[in-house]
Amino acid sequence: MTAIEIGHIGTSGAQYQYRTCKFTGRRVERSAELLIRANAVAAVVFLAVGGLFGLLVALTRWPAVQLLPADWFYLVLTGHGANVLLFWIIFFEIALLYFASAVILGSRIATPKFAWLGFLLMIVGAVMANYAVLKGDSTVMFTSYPPMLAEHWFYLSLILFAVGALIGVIVFFATLVVAKAENTYNGSVPLVTFGAITAAIIAVFTLASGAIILVPTWLWSLGLISGIDTLMYKIVWWGMGHSSQQINVAAHISIWYAIAAMTVGAKPLSEKVSRFAFLMYILFLQLASAHHLLAEPGLSSAWKIVNTSYMMYLAVMASMIHGLTVPGAVEAAQRRNGYTRGWFEWLTKAPWGNPAFSGMFMSLVMFGFIGGITGVILGTEQLNVLMHNTIYVPGHFHGTVVAGTTLAFMAMTYIVVPLIFQRDIILPGLAKWQPYIFGLGAGGISLFMMGAGTLGVPRRHWDIAMTDAANAYEFSPAAYLMMGLNGISAIFAATGGLLFVLLIVGSVLFGRRLDVPGAKLNFPLHDDSKVVSQYGSEATFKLPGTVTLVTIFFLTFILYYFVNWKYLSEIWQFN
Amino acid sequence: MGKTDNDAQDNSDEPLAPADTPAMQRILDNPFLLLFIGVTMPTVLYLLWGVMEVASIPVAY
Amino acid sequence: MAINAPTNRLWWKEPIHSIELGWIIIAFLWGLFMFFFMIAWHFIGDQNLSTETYRITTDQFQEKVEAFADEYAVKDANGEAVEINGTPLVAPPVGGDVYILGRLWEWWPAIELKKGQSYRFHISSVDWQHGFSLQPVNINLSVHPGLEHVLTLTPTKAGEYGIVCNEFCGIGHHTMSGVIRVVE
Repeated sequence: MTAIEIGHIGTSGAQYQYRTCKFTGRRVERSAELLIRANAVAAVVFLAVGGLFGLLVALTRWPAVQLLPADWFYLVLTGHGANVLLFWIIFFEIALLYFASAVILGSRIATPKFAWLGFLLMIVGAVMANYAVLKGDSTVMFTSYPPMLAEHWFYLSLILFAVGALIGVIVFFATLVVAKAENTYNGSVPLVTFGAITAAIIAVFTLASGAIILVPTWLWSLGLISGIDTLMYKIVWWGMGHSSQQINVAAHISIWYAIAAMTVGAKPLSEKVSRFAFLMYILFLQLASAHHLLAEPGLSSAWKIVNTSYMMYLAVMASMIHGLTVPGAVEAAQRRNGYTRGWFEWLTKAPWGNPAFSGMFMSLVMFGFIGGITGVILGTEQLNVLMHNTIYVPGHFHGTVVAGTTLAFMAMTYIVVPLIFQRDIILPGLAKWQPYIFGLGAGGISLFMMGAGTLGVPRRHWDIAMTDAANAYEFSPAAYLMMGLNGISAIFAATGGLLFVLLIVGSVLFGRRLDVPGAKLNFPLHDDSKVVSQYGSEATFKLPGTVTLVTIFFLTFILYYFVNWKYLSEIWQFN
Repeated sequence: MGKTDNDAQDNSDEPLAPADTPAMQRILDNPFLLLFIGVTMPTVLYLLWGVMEVASIPVAY
Repeated sequence: MAINAPTNRLWWKEPIHSIELGWIIIAFLWGLFMFFFMIAWHFIGDQNLSTETYRITTDQFQEKVEAFADEYAVKDANGEAVEINGTPLVAPPVGGDVYILGRLWEWWPAIELKKGQSYRFHISSVDWQHGFSLQPVNINLSVHPGLEHVLTLTPTKAGEYGIVCNEFCGIGHHTMSGVIRVVE
């Protein structure tokens, strides 16, 4: 703002080590780069561990295979939840927060030493949690509902991890302050950074809820307090458990915008509309933690309805907005790129051979159609009773967290490796197929688990044949078929996941170096010089393809919504 | 075109005077204000209200 | 681009495109509909989960269930208590109270109901949390130790129904089962 502050940039440039990315022209500061690398590597390691556990779970739940004995099944299921729902996702999100603040704003990272402390705590927590689970004394599921008790290490490990992640979030906010003070950007922050701010805000509530409930639970496990109220625990725990998945939503939608920008040169249709949608997330998305409490005793319908509907579905409205504006921005950009024929040439001629783009677009479609619609159905007060704790619930959240978030994060990794690790993706012919294999598996897992759930199959259940039960209930053959198809889908997803881990680790270690003159990317980014930064008059762009897509989405939504009400109206009456 | 269009376009590199910025844009540009409301809303509507519900469950007759 | 600062620094003043505006309005109205439909179902629907709940100790609840099972136990011609695979069968009076407890690893006792009649169910656990999952109806409830959930259930079809547990409750979780028999 003043001459003095502009001079300050010079001094900071001397103190901090920057390079200019030759593909994007961005200033990348050294310690931000190292922190992003470390968090991304940790994320992929825990994805590999958690993914392996996931495959074992699915193969055990495939009735014809039933791979593991019961005790190992529950142990591995606990580990699967912790490693993928917390460690993979949150390590990647911390990397993303540093990317969206330091790299996108062209700033240095604030307090790198503090950030490394956070990273260290997260590593210690994640390793300790795996140790506690594998030791066998903490088979309490990811949710660890009291009065079932895990070993105290288990709770302590999650607390350490949460504190470490909170430090990462604080560093993110501090970096925003630094970037503003050092004038590294002009005007408002980019939309992707705004989405990251949304994710970080949700993360603060998430981690605070986690601390509020896990600290007393830890003290209880040490025998220092006498007990934990089971319902109180569930309320506060889900403030963490569900909100952590809302961090994902904000994060992966930011990634959709980022990948659309970097692969086809998309520009948000309207900054105002997209930011307003993120604001609705900030205000209301976290209320959906109540989705897990609709079948509980003792909570009033008023509390349930207000919270489960994210305050009159304003956060659902926000998701529907992003569901229009992301493909809309891609369509508008592709039409500018010259693909104007018919309604769908923009889509058919999109860079489907670039795993970043294909992963992003499949994430968008599957998150909307599979994760999004079923989330609203599950979150309807009365309809929830039809599916609560059946395997429909994991079906839903594999649609959001695996087909949605994980696929988007994988897609982003194909950009992060060249830009931040400065190594090119190896085996591009194979990398091209990875998102499809993984996406097919993830979509199948979600759909078949939901199918089994509508037939009553419980979640977290070793044996639906109920061998040795006094009054075993006989599930229909269709339920067995669904669980078998789920197992087959899991093999696809695991293959795609393994391929991802190998490709990324291989690229980081052995990929062609990109910090040499004249290096080219296997999966090129969109050439910015060809982008028209303005679409001209706002009134002229036409999006017939996107309008068709959202119309199909909306009709599917309405149809599925009322099918469920029809089914509910025909079952036993209860009130 | 004309007057309103001039109002709506600002591509310059000059610092933006706060007075020129719409109020809503200033709110969205303030991450700490957003942080405050984003934590307060679920804390009040979800956590506090929910905990009150649990605390008010009557003891069996 | 989304990774660059907005080119128009006064982006809030930009007009909204009609496609976006139309979609926002549709999404908003659909949200309102879904919100009010949940409320409306409390008045027009027959399936709304009761919120009537009491705090109770696990011992107290167990006593109540046992007293209930003794009082309404089904007896055969010889006066012997009827059991279904070792679980006593209890037939409460029409419109009366029904007590079911979840414990490691069974739903106890077995219940016989009359089709089309309403019963006041009292459900709780005496150890860990359980999931009351009535099949194949697919009604699923959370069950807590220390909380007695009271709800009215009206079976609409005769038949043999199973209760599965769908909240993880330890190594024998998959063997936790129960029976509700509905007669004409």
